[in-house]
Order: sequence, then structure tokens, then C-alpha cells
Amino acid sequence: MKLTPFTEDHDLLRKTVREWVDTEIAPHIAAWEEAGDFPDDVFRGAGELGLLGLAFPESAGGQGGDYWSQVVFLEEIGRVSQPIAMVLSVQTDMATPPILQFGDKTQIERWLKPALRGELIGAIGITEPDTGSDVASIRTSAVRDGDEWILNGSKMYITNGARADFITMVVRTGDLDDADPWGGISMFVVDTSLPGFSVSKKLEKAGMRLSDTALLFMDDVRLPAEALLGVEGAGFKQIMWELQGERMGVSVFGVAGARAVVDQTIAYARQRTSFGQPIGEFQAVSHRLAEMATEVEAVEALVYECADLWNRGIYATKEVAMAKLAVGQVTNRVIDEAVQTFGGAGLVEGNFISREWLGMRIGRIGGGSDEVQRQILARLMGLG
Amino acid sequence: MSGLDPIFGEEHEVYRQTVRRFVEFEINPFAETWEQARDYPRELFTKAATASLFGAKFDEMWGGTGPDYAAEAVVVEELSRSLTFGTASDLGAHSQLASLYISRFGDDDQRERYLRRSISGEAIGALGVTEPGAGSDVNNVRTRATRDGGEWVLNGSKVFITNGSWANYVVVAARTSDDPGHDNLTLFIVDEDSHGFTRNRMRMIAWHTSHTGELFFDDVRVPDSNRLGDVGSGFRQIMNNFQWERVVLSLSALALAELSLETAISYARDRSAFGRPVIQFQVWQHRFADLAVLVRASKALTYRALRYHIAAEQGLPVARDELVRVTAMAKLHSQRLAWRVADECVQVHGGAGALMEYPAQRFWRDARVGPIGGGTDDIMRNVIAKSLGLGAA
Repeated sequence: MKLTPFTEDHDLLRKTVREWVDTEIAPHIAAWEEAGDFPDDVFRGAGELGLLGLAFPESAGGQGGDYWSQVVFLEEIGRVSQPIAMVLSVQTDMATPPILQFGDKTQIERWLKPALRGELIGAIGITEPDTGSDVASIRTSAVRDGDEWILNGSKMYITNGARADFITMVVRTGDLDDADPWGGISMFVVDTSLPGFSVSKKLEKAGMRLSDTALLFMDDVRLPAEALLGVEGAGFKQIMWELQGERMGVSVFGVAGARAVVDQTIAYARQRTSFGQPIGEFQAVSHRLAEMATEVEAVEALVYECADLWNRGIYATKEVAMAKLAVGQVTNRVIDEAVQTFGGAGLVEGNFISREWLGMRIGRIGGGSDEVQRQILARLMGLG
Repeated sequence: MSGLDPIFGEEHEVYRQTVRRFVEFEINPFAETWEQARDYPRELFTKAATASLFGAKFDEMWGGTGPDYAAEAVVVEELSRSLTFGTASDLGAHSQLASLYISRFGDDDQRERYLRRSISGEAIGALGVTEPGAGSDVNNVRTRATRDGGEWVLNGSKVFITNGSWANYVVVAARTSDDPGHDNLTLFIVDEDSHGFTRNRMRMIAWHTSHTGELFFDDVRVPDSNRLGDVGSGFRQIMNNFQWERVVLSLSALALAELSLETAISYARDRSAFGRPVIQFQVWQHRFADLAVLVRASKALTYRALRYHIAAEQGLPVARDELVRVTAMAKLHSQRLAWRVADECVQVHGGAGALMEYPAQRFWRDARVGPIGGGTDDIMRNVIAKSLGLGAA
């Protein structure tokens, strides 16, 4: 009975990722958050090291590793910054897997391989101004015109949206039909350099300021036939498939972030003195930290069980929804208790704790809100 | 190979069916009667032994079928899903505490006399550590053993001893020295018919069928051949065994939590309010979803702890402080949760939640023992904090 899911190869990979994160990412986070931006070189740097396609097959330009290598990558980034983990996970767990899964050879050559090299940046386009988790209600539409499609509509809260070279997008291609509420939706890889595509607004956010989150506008964008990803009309099913990997990804880097928060809070409680002793020696503080560490340990154990199912090719919708919900809840509780433990220092702009407090809040909203996960679980548990 | 090692193999699933059948045929049909009578026949122990429910941890030399701690986890999970948790607690204390102590710390003569008969269900065992003035604070045990030639003379009392009121033997922790430190406790095996040994059954609000007892030792003479391990080694023996006990309590609480959640969901389907089944209200669906997530996470944590124990039993290198920490985390996380789930189970029953004819109130009462027994929640937090370098210097 071994106690870790990782092998020596994973440990070596972890060392590589950690070196890259510690030199190329971590020292710049504060400045990037302040600037509300980060350089595209982050993608190229990760791509050059082969970190953007760890679990993709070699034939598609990936490293041919298992899912545990992706876990290593996401954990190492998640522990220093949720926003950077999010933008990279959009690339590796959201925008690109559907191209591998549903795309043809041309699309893999044109979009996937350069994306895994970090030469092209991708985004995932689901949410619209009037519809978030309720994917079936999207209104952005593509209408056939000869060999082409004419795309009209808008997409909202799109991470990497302002800098993306392509957007893996769900679009309505058929009428809303009560008999088939999930029909009439298709996926496209949208080239953002096409005429009619515009970034209407880069959104100002309370947290995760370094990542660009955009409102996108499509006005008679003419998509070539080869932009259609997978099967026309099967887009809803395809995006539901995509969401599983997305939720796995955010769960993995989310819980890694929560663990880092607990570690740093413990370190702080051991050195910060109050009333003549380190605050970590007060029983109430020590018990609070014990609870935080316990919750993180439990949710990490759950995430690892999901990752194990995922790695074995088991499509565990229920467990993934559980992990996504649990991670969002626990990271938010833990980071708030961390602010409490840091006291005034937890409220100062520009440090890890205050930044993560602002940034972690998205965990309960993005990728399907808490309420949506509960709704999914209720259905899968056969309730109602 | 990467990935998580599975804990249970096919042979364990087969064994699970065996234990499940035992619960289905030998326990559950009588559960309501036993709960009302606050008692059950002690033949259940021999029946359980016949179904080989006591041997999984132990070597064949003593009548066991192991050692296989994954199989033991199966026994714990399935027995704890029975409709009479107090009965499962008796069976558990016999096997997980008394028998295990004899197996781990006894010599072959003691194993022959006590372990073999425990595995066969002929003898019921109990472990006596807790006292009126010493619960989780084991170092404060006052029961005293004084050497007198080839015998020891025990004086003192014990409380909350599961199986205490009917056990054939009790493993008793007694003070053998007043030196400071952790070398002043020693374990002794006290036979039921020892002169000066008296006991009462305690009436509790939970675990109604359990034979939880209060024990009194008035100049009880114990032969030195019934001393378990070296003089002064008791504290370490107890601390050592706490680890497995906490995993057992976690597995057990989560089995009860799952049973409570299933019962709650099933009742919510049957009961109507405002013209529709309660299950159709979104708040209840979401509440059940939240509870299911918590139980699943708690189980993942408990299985993580179980993996540490199985690895340690297999002789693999295991970081002791990690085993202790993860085990305490599992215990802390699971016990309140089981009670919380049982409380929601009472809630969904409405007025019927208070009725003795429904099992909901029983799950709720029985689960309440969890955050207290086997080391309270606060003790777990102390243990975890200490392992994180926190707490009193």
C-alpha cells in the first residue's frame, strides 16, 4: 500500500515546474496584480518547457504523460497564485482539450499544437451577458451561409479573452426547441483576428486582477467551415464534457492554493507575537488552524480520488461536482480565517493573503456556481 | 505505477457481502426489540465469531484469518450500518480494543487464554482506561496496582467502559508508579470472577443496547501472569492503540452518516408538505447534496488515514507524525459530521423525528457519542495543532 499517487518521474517534473514557478512567476505576481496584466511570455515559457501539454498525447504535440503530471503542474502553480493558475488552466484544461477530443487533424495542427507550445493563447467562451451556468440559454448564434458561418452575439467574463488568439466557443446553430432543449448548439474554434470580432471591454475585477477578463463582441464574423468543432448540434454535450476537465482543473489548483494558505498562516502564527507569546501558542488560534488544515486535508483526499478516477478514464461526473463544490467552499473558508489570523497584515494590499482572499472568491462562482453543482448532484443522486 | 492504490480487492467485496448478510439476518430483524429492551443476547458474539467477524486482524495461529486491516475496515463499516449502533459498538470494543491489546502486547500464554477465546466469541473483552477523573487525559489515571509477591493488588474505578458490565475479562490501565513522565501506567487483564471486582451497567441517552459499565476494584488480586507487557509501558501501549481506534471510530461514524443520509432522503420522498413530496423542495435537494459532499470528503480523508495504517501494518516505512495527524484529522472531521447528518435526518422527519418508532432519533442520539468518545474533538485539535508546531509551548 503506497501512500502517494505520484512516482519518481512526477517528483522530477514537480522540481522542474517549481523552479520555473519560483523564478518566472512568483517574483512577479505582485507587480502583475498591480498592473492588472501579465506578459504573454508566461505561455511561451511554459510551452517551451512542455508544461502546457503534459497529459496530451505526443501525436498531438503533448508530453504523453498521465493526469497526475497535470496535477503536479496545477498544484505547483496553484500554490503561488490562483489567478495565474486560472489563466494557465484555461489554456490546458478548458480551451484545448475539446480540440483534441472533438477536433480533426487540421484543427489539431492549426490550433492545438501551437497552443501546447504556448505560441497561441486560447480561451473558453461559454458565458454571455444574460446567461452563465444555464448553457442551454445561450443566444450567440452562427448561421450557415454557403460554406461559411456568420457569427453574431457576445460573450462575457471570458478569462484570457482580451489576449486570446482563438476562443473555443459554444454557439447556437439551431432554434430553441422545447422538445430538445439541449439541441441546436454547436462548438467552434473562433479565430479572434477575423473581421467583426472585437474585445468590447476588459473588465475591472475586485480580485484576480492580473488575468484579463473580457466582454467580447461578434458582429457578422464570417467563420470558415473548418471552424466547426465536432458535430453540428452536439455542442451542448461537448461543452458538458469540457466542463468536467475544467472542474477537475480548478479543483486541483484550488485545493493547492488552500494548502499554501494554511501553510503560510501556520508559519505566521508561529512567529507573530501578541500578549508576550506567538499567537499560534494560544489554544483558540491553534485549534482554528487545526480545523483549517483538516478541511484542506479532507478536500484534497477527495480531489485525489477524483483525479484517480479521471486518470483511469472514468468519467465521474458526480465526484467531480462534489470536488468542485467542496474546494470552492473550503478555500473560501480557509482564506477568510487566514485573513483573521493575519489581522491587519491580512488587509494590506499586495501580499499573498489579501490577494488570495480577493481572488479565491471566484472559486464558488466560475466553472458552474455552488448552486449549479448542488443542482447537478441532486440530479445525479436521484433527488427530486 | 502512479495513482492511488485501491484499499479493497475482490476478496474484500466478497467478505463485505458476508458481513452484510450477518447484519441483515442476525441483527437488523431484532434491532427494534433489542433497542426497546436495551439489551441483546450475548450469543450474538458466538454467532459473529462463526461468521468470522472477529478474526480479520489476527493471525491464523490464534484462530484469525489475517492480519488484513482492509478486511477489518469492511467489518467495521458493515456492522456500523446495522440499525443498532450500540450493539455494533459492543462488538467493536471487544475486537478493536480488548482483543487487539492482547494480540499486540500479550505473550503467547495470554494470547492462548484470551485472544483465541475472543476470536471464537467464547469470551467478551473490554478495555478499561477512562476514569471519573481521567478521560482523554490518560496520564491522570488513579486506579493503582501495587505489587505483592507474584501478584498485583488493584484499587480504583473505571467509567464508560464498553462491554464493561458483562465482559469476561477487562484490560485495565493502572498506575504502578508516581514518577512524572510516561512510564507510570501498566496494563493488567482482570478476570470477571476476580474477588473484589464489581460493576454496574450505566444508563445512557445513546447506545441503548450497549453494555457500557462502571467498574470498581477493591483489593482485586491479579497474578503477574496477567500483566500485559512491561511494567510502565501502559501509557505508550494506549497511545499506540489510539491510532487504530480513531480510524475505526471514523469508519464507523461515516457508516452511520451514510445510513442517516439514506434514511433522510428516503423519508423525504415519502413525506409530503404543501402538496408535494419534501424531496421536491430545492432547499432539501441542496442540503442533501451538501451533506453527501461532506460525507464523501470525510470518507476520502478517513481512507487516506486507513492507507497509512495498512502500510504501517505491512511494515512499510510510514512517517509516524503524519499517521498520527491524518488519523486525528479523520476522527475530528467525521464525528461532528455524522451527528450533523443525523440531525438533518431528524429535521426532515418533522414531528416524527422525535418519535421513538422511527430510527432517526436513534441515529441522532448514537452519533452524539462520536465527538466525545475515543478522544474528544478538542483533543483531536490539540493533537493536530501539536503536529503542526502550534499550541502551548
